[in-house]
Amino acid sequence: MKPTDIGAPDYFHKVVDCQWACPAHTPVPEYIRLIAAGRYDDAYMVNWKSNVFPGILGRTCDRPCEPACRRSRVEDAPAEEARGATAGAAREPVAICRLKRVAADNKGDIRARLPALPKKKNGKRVACVGAGPASLTVARDLAPHGYHVVVYDGDAKAGGMIRSQIPRFRLPEEVIDEEVGYILALGVEFRAGTRVDSMKALLAENYDAVFVGSGAPRGRDLDVPGRKEAAKHIHIGIDWLSSVSFGHIKKISKRVIVLGGGNTAMDCCRTSKRLGGEDVKVIVRSGFDEMKASPWEKEDAAHEGIPIINYLVPLEFTHAKGKLTGVTFEKVEARYDDKGRRSLKPTGEPHQHFECDEVLVAVGQENAFPWIEKDCGIAFDEWGMPVVDKITLQSSLARVYFGGDAAFGPKNIIWAVAHGHEAAVSIDKYCQGEDVARRPPPMVHLMSQKMGIHEWSYDNEVALDRRYKVPWRDAGQTLKNIKIEVEMGFDRATAFKEAERCLNCDVQTVFINAKCIECDACVDICPMDCISFTVNGEEPDLRARLSAPATNLTQDLYISGTLKTGRIMARDEDVCLHCGLCAERCPTGAWDMQKFLLEMTPAGPGCRSRAQKEEPVPA
Amino acid sequence: MTYLTKPKLHHPTLKTNKVGYTRRDYEGKISTLCAGCGHDSISASIIQACWELDIQPHRVAKLSGIGCSSKTPDYFLGSSHGFNSVHGRMPSVLTGANLANRELIYLGVSGDGDSASIGIGQFAHIMRRGVNLTYVLENNGVYGLTKGQFSATADAGSKSKRGVINRDAPVDTVSLALQLGASYVARSFSGDKKQLVPLIKGAIAHQGAAFIDVVSPCVAFNNHEGSTKSYDHVREHNESVNRLDFWPTRDAIKVEYGEGTVIDLPQHDGSILRLRKIHAEYDPLDRVKALNYIAEHQAKGELVTGLLYIDPEADDLHAHLNTVDTPFNQLGAAELCPGTGPLEKLNASLR
Repeated sequence: MKPTDIGAPDYFHKVVDCQWACPAHTPVPEYIRLIAAGRYDDAYMVNWKSNVFPGILGRTCDRPCEPACRRSRVEDAPAEEARGATAGAAREPVAICRLKRVAADNKGDIRARLPALPKKKNGKRVACVGAGPASLTVARDLAPHGYHVVVYDGDAKAGGMIRSQIPRFRLPEEVIDEEVGYILALGVEFRAGTRVDSMKALLAENYDAVFVGSGAPRGRDLDVPGRKEAAKHIHIGIDWLSSVSFGHIKKISKRVIVLGGGNTAMDCCRTSKRLGGEDVKVIVRSGFDEMKASPWEKEDAAHEGIPIINYLVPLEFTHAKGKLTGVTFEKVEARYDDKGRRSLKPTGEPHQHFECDEVLVAVGQENAFPWIEKDCGIAFDEWGMPVVDKITLQSSLARVYFGGDAAFGPKNIIWAVAHGHEAAVSIDKYCQGEDVARRPPPMVHLMSQKMGIHEWSYDNEVALDRRYKVPWRDAGQTLKNIKIEVEMGFDRATAFKEAERCLNCDVQTVFINAKCIECDACVDICPMDCISFTVNGEEPDLRARLSAPATNLTQDLYISGTLKTGRIMARDEDVCLHCGLCAERCPTGAWDMQKFLLEMTPAGPGCRSRAQKEEPVPA
Repeated sequence: MTYLTKPKLHHPTLKTNKVGYTRRDYEGKISTLCAGCGHDSISASIIQACWELDIQPHRVAKLSGIGCSSKTPDYFLGSSHGFNSVHGRMPSVLTGANLANRELIYLGVSGDGDSASIGIGQFAHIMRRGVNLTYVLENNGVYGLTKGQFSATADAGSKSKRGVINRDAPVDTVSLALQLGASYVARSFSGDKKQLVPLIKGAIAHQGAAFIDVVSPCVAFNNHEGSTKSYDHVREHNESVNRLDFWPTRDAIKVEYGEGTVIDLPQHDGSILRLRKIHAEYDPLDRVKALNYIAEHQAKGELVTGLLYIDPEADDLHAHLNTVDTPFNQLGAAELCPGTGPLEKLNASLR
């Protein structure tokens, strides 16, 4: 294998699994250390820069960072006796998402640290369609650089699905108001209650750029017999959720069936429980494990006593005298073909009928662009989705950009934020007359953490604590009032302990060939057997014969140049604890612990080519 | 040294051996030696060897004297018996322990000061008595604890860190052990675990006085140019005569070597030592030739390593003394002190 090029920003970035997995590339270990240090304002600002909505995401994020967390690969499987009822409790990631909330909950007034209003506007006007997370991110990134950003939304308040679809018991409205408010206070013009009905008309207003962040606003329906006859008692999940959020719906019948297995279904069933639903159940086509809902959301529903019944395909809504009486299902099972593809096949068992008074249909969402005229120059594909560049988010009309669910179909808030950042960079470059395809590289810092002979500027002791649970408010209390938040968030003491579980994967173990005397001290001390000195070979061969086999192919091997004895150092990044013991035991300083900080380059002068780095003076 | 204790977390594929322990279970406290010390590699090799041999830690007694090397038993086999004796007196304490309980596995850990200077007399006698032990001499050629003066094993002509040339002749502990009757004699290098681990395993299986001289560079005081015990010097002048593989039973032999001469040496305990010759002419079964060979190569400035001598038919102190099979510490008062009747009988038989 060739020696690893640690100068390539991606190499160490991949080692920081959480940051690599985060669509917005939030420097997670950096803010977790700040939380441990009690520096909540700083931790909040690190987040705010990357993901714009720390308080909101700290409660609702889909947390792609957590399944990626190295912690869940290095913890011991618990002893049989400790396993108890929740088998899933073993080997858990750091509670990254909930720590983010700690920063938001405990910070002081950070308004003075937000970007200053630009002294002069740059004369460029940008329209954002929809006031959801993607559009708001674009607005936040562009407004401080002098852009005049106009955000349109049909609702009275900004926030989009954050405000309309996420139930208040998961996300209090004050949090939305606060974080959306920070953005609108940057001189962004918000046109509330103004739904954009025509792209042509919008383009005619001569905006320099248009960003479409209108989401995936149409809930998929279920067209089976009885749907029309019992329509009064059958609701589309996301529409029903937003009616609840805006106070139009305050009650539901006693017996409710929620159809669907995604997070919307989980929000629907939990909301039903709070609006008078006594017998609420979720019925899903697939198996429980294959459900789209995040495990923790399923757990939350289970905690509130909501059964989830699987492998049932709805066949018919039964009704009598225009009133829904229940739903009939066909029992199916999962079968796998030679290629491992799954299909649901009827088991042949008799159909099952579940009685109920109301049904919520949460079987998916679709994009809808009835307002974009076919002849306005924006190309759509055969599925009715706009043709959008995956990196620049530019449509076939150069000044129109898409992001969030509107671009590639339903995803989540953190993806919308990531799209917003990228679209803002594109719009900035486009408005400054640059090639949007030439993307700015990220900012990377690599700095030694050595303070003394065995002192580091990070806490390198590895805590053995298991993941801490976020306390829940008593269900008796939360089920009575839809506005009472269920999760209480970590208190500061627990947050500290949870933060200590973080392995500081951004503090990299950097190897300096020339200094190594091959004394084996690092090999002997490494608790995870990550380090080997051996003769070089091809990757598959090397992976098999290291101190411990390197079987996780998604994790790189760090290969040194040839050493004095003709061997190389090979280090498996997979399960490194970043404890720094290799560096402490190294007599020559051939190992050093260096903090890797990667920040994505946001819109503004930094993302432009060298000639354009100066903020242009408006004509 | 480090301030941190080694985290308890381990590689997910870490295996347990036949007695249910992982390699990590054979570790001791965190080392307080200097970073990069060869002794730590020897500790790691002992850990590896004991794990591979499926030894139950409580069946091992590790004894040492004074010095950097003699601190190391604290850093391995944390669940074994241990005794840190007076400077240079480990052999007599170990001999006593072995007499009292012949069933334990004895590990004597010493350094060049402890064995070749203050304890050279003790060293001589434990070898000639054939006490069943594994004697590991961690040999760095300097007194590290007192800041790097030459020890008795420093080669004549080698240079200290301060630039002083050593004029005294060195004690060669391997030759000494051979002359004194040790029945398993090996030399190795702390930086070559592939060689060292099987040698330790073979020594533990050997039922007699087994001696391993391990050259172990002192990174703080003896790893410079002009030193003959530095990583670089040893790597450059290392003449390995053979490679040892250790097989716990005859059935377990899996690997067949395509080239080179191979000798299988069955041990008393049923295990097999398989030697793959690197120097074809070297015969590890001949004590006299071994002595000559070592001396010739030493004269050329070469360090001969590997299994240098083995007597597969070796016996030990208990055989020499014709003691009972039951360990003394398990005998009751009646057996140990049979009373005046048997004494009279014995006296009568001698008249």
